[in-house]
Amino acid sequence: MKLNVNGAAHEVHAPDDMPLLWVLRDLLGFTGVKFGCGMAQCGACTVHLDGQAIRSCVTPVSAVAGRRITTIEGLSPDGSHPVQQAWAEIDVVQCGYCQSGQIMSAAALLTENPSPSDADIDIALAGNICRCGTYQRIREAVHRAAALNKRVQR
Amino acid sequence: MSGLGRRELLKSSLLSGAGLFIAFHVPSKARAAAPKPKAPAPPDPNAFVRVAPDGTVTVLLAHSEMGQGIWTGLAMMVAEELDCEWSKIRVEHAPAAPVYAHPAFGLQMTGGSTTTWSELERYRTVGAMARDMLVRAAAQKWRMDPKKLTTANGVVTDGRRKATYGDLAQAAQALSPPRTVTLKDPKDWKILGKPTRRLDTPEKITGKAQFGMDVQFPGLRTALIARSPVFGGTLKSFDPSKAKAVPGVEAVVPVPSGVAVVASNYWAAKQGRDALKIEWDEGPGATLDSTVLLANYRGQAKGPGGAVAGKKGDADSAMAGATKRLEAEYDVPYLAHAPMEPLNCTVNLEGNRCEIWTGTQFQGMDQTIAAKIAGVPPEHVTIHTTFLGGGFGRRANPRSDFVAEAVHVAKAAGVPVKVVWTREDDIRGGYYRPLFLHRVEVGLGNDGKPVAWRHQIVGQSILAGTPFEQLMVKGGVDATSIEGVTDSPYLEPIGARQITLHSPKNQVPVLWWRSVGNTHTAFAMESVIDEMAWAAEKDPVEYRAALLEKSPRHVKTLQLAAEKAGWGSRPPDGRARGVAVHESFGSIIAEVAEVSVDADKNIHVHKVTCAVDCGTAINPLGIEAQVQGAVAYGLSAVLHSELTLKDGRVEQSNFHDYRVLRLPDMPQVEVHIIESGAKMGGIGEPATAPVSAAVANAVYALTRKRLRSLPLKLV
Repeated sequence: MKLNVNGAAHEVHAPDDMPLLWVLRDLLGFTGVKFGCGMAQCGACTVHLDGQAIRSCVTPVSAVAGRRITTIEGLSPDGSHPVQQAWAEIDVVQCGYCQSGQIMSAAALLTENPSPSDADIDIALAGNICRCGTYQRIREAVHRAAALNKRVQR
Repeated sequence: MSGLGRRELLKSSLLSGAGLFIAFHVPSKARAAAPKPKAPAPPDPNAFVRVAPDGTVTVLLAHSEMGQGIWTGLAMMVAEELDCEWSKIRVEHAPAAPVYAHPAFGLQMTGGSTTTWSELERYRTVGAMARDMLVRAAAQKWRMDPKKLTTANGVVTDGRRKATYGDLAQAAQALSPPRTVTLKDPKDWKILGKPTRRLDTPEKITGKAQFGMDVQFPGLRTALIARSPVFGGTLKSFDPSKAKAVPGVEAVVPVPSGVAVVASNYWAAKQGRDALKIEWDEGPGATLDSTVLLANYRGQAKGPGGAVAGKKGDADSAMAGATKRLEAEYDVPYLAHAPMEPLNCTVNLEGNRCEIWTGTQFQGMDQTIAAKIAGVPPEHVTIHTTFLGGGFGRRANPRSDFVAEAVHVAKAAGVPVKVVWTREDDIRGGYYRPLFLHRVEVGLGNDGKPVAWRHQIVGQSILAGTPFEQLMVKGGVDATSIEGVTDSPYLEPIGARQITLHSPKNQVPVLWWRSVGNTHTAFAMESVIDEMAWAAEKDPVEYRAALLEKSPRHVKTLQLAAEKAGWGSRPPDGRARGVAVHESFGSIIAEVAEVSVDADKNIHVHKVTCAVDCGTAINPLGIEAQVQGAVAYGLSAVLHSELTLKDGRVEQSNFHDYRVLRLPDMPQVEVHIIESGAKMGGIGEPATAPVSAAVANAVYALTRKRLRSLPLKLV
């Protein structure tokens, strides 16, 4: 089947029920997408499907053929997406393993809601676990990214 | 590893004979190890710092970056003395080699919140040595006295001419390292002590950072292992036919820990493992039940026996003469570390070489154990340490479980293989924080202060059966079971006290979990002190300060946290505050938690105000992150996480039933650092320990219900 990942077409041979996560990681080499739980509990595998945040670990690859998939590798060419900039500025990461998913969830939130409140952030990112406990800086960085976005748009 | 253990290790002549300061082996030049000198030899700068002709400075990290920020902290130490440009710094994990042995432990490893304090001298020294060599290279070039040259921002100058470090790199490499160097006076520090952003951010926000899970190369297979559902169970028989029928599955091989399914990718291996038919000999572990275990522990704590962990005076008669008596039992469950990156290890065996890629905290043990299994000399085992997707102690296993079994699979399957654990494998795979019970009896005098203390601790020994047993288990007392009680400053002034430890055995493998013994000792100690304060009708902060009068650092830390939290002022409606102060890993942390309880009796933690005295702050921005993170890690155990066993099986399996802290539960954590200048302590773990009691004490202040079991539950 044909997959559109980060704007490029890829031909893959995979069983229909193979989760998108493992197609991206093991067949196409997009290892920025992380495996954390395999049952949509932790959010480490978050990617965008037509701009919406989804859990790739429970999404069968057959369901996404021909649709637009964006991984952390495709969020920006050089780490300059406002969410990435804010993450760097606020010094969010620790071990970093969950951060691809956190960033993808945050970017999808800001597309839908350019000025999220703390409560909006809590709801949108409740599905992304961070065992290092970077949550406080994540909240701060989402607000910062919202501000950076507005600056860019002005 | 524990703070107490650290002191034991430092004292130990055994370990210092085995490996302290073996610093002459330079792997790049394959030079033979020099005889060990009497005095500690200076480190070889070539093993730690490389200056390239383009001016890039590469720092080799003897420890593992697992989120705690040493990738940045140790580079700061080098940069401070080297006077290089901060933007030119690159960091790499060092290979496994004796030269990278932990300066205090004599074994290459990361743990016990020790990296920063233990490396402050070595990493500054190698920076200063490299600078000296670059300055001498410039002096030779210009035929000048090196003393007349100065350095700044990666440039050597005589005031007139300039040479960059890149220009001088090659000439400097030919020079011999200096015998001694003088380090900067801390008052002249330009980098150390300043809030500094992380150096590993760019790769971690773009998906480029390589974790063990991300290792890929042509020919590499993925394996999943079916392990016994019961701890201690062994393989009886298996039928691989259905597994082998799964497309992509290439081999099914028995290994000591179970049956490995080797496939072309993870999904095929997972499907193959699900299709395996296995019969286990479950053994005696099949009857394990954590409710029964806890009941047995309660019985043991009331009965005789046990090892004496601390004793002074006659606790029994002092207890009989006390004005008031308090009795309380506190218990904590088994806990999995559950780092975000499930365990994994990649192994390639070729000829008489073994190559390993993994995120490990314990290269020193891993190399030895892998060598034995692979049947090659340890120096033929190459370990590529990747970033660790969290460690929290799980990746520092003296038995190297996840590395050892990957070597077994590679050997049995005869192909390069990456063994991957599922989250279920991780939650059910053992090496937990042990279940512990504390029974505390305190006798109070007329003034409300303790005059007698009887304390029984029951829980499995982490160190029994490991190579550390000989050093850190004395007279039946595992140092990691009692740290935080026997060395408590509250106990020191009490004339009559007895602490007894029971270390029952069972099949559940246990291990250090962020802050180790302090995870339960701080909960018990800081809860019972709070109960004593209420019994004595004293303010919990003032009562603690009075008991701690001989420990001024504790008092200062406690009072700073209280002041910043607005202790004494009215909390917002429906909220109350609780306090705890605890020393571990050489650092003192006081925390004030502000909590509320909702209509469904759920506990909410809104704010945790922390005061920290770790002696000297190397990177305040990193310290703030570690304290916030350690509080969050602790709060998972306070509010949610619990592993239970029934019929020998772990009842939880993934994040839906092994619950951890999520973003909506995260309180505002405020961090105040005290620069005491005292002997430096660690910062990765200490803030995890006191948060349980701070929250439990706040819940008591709000509801008058004393919760003595973790996780805290009002219903």
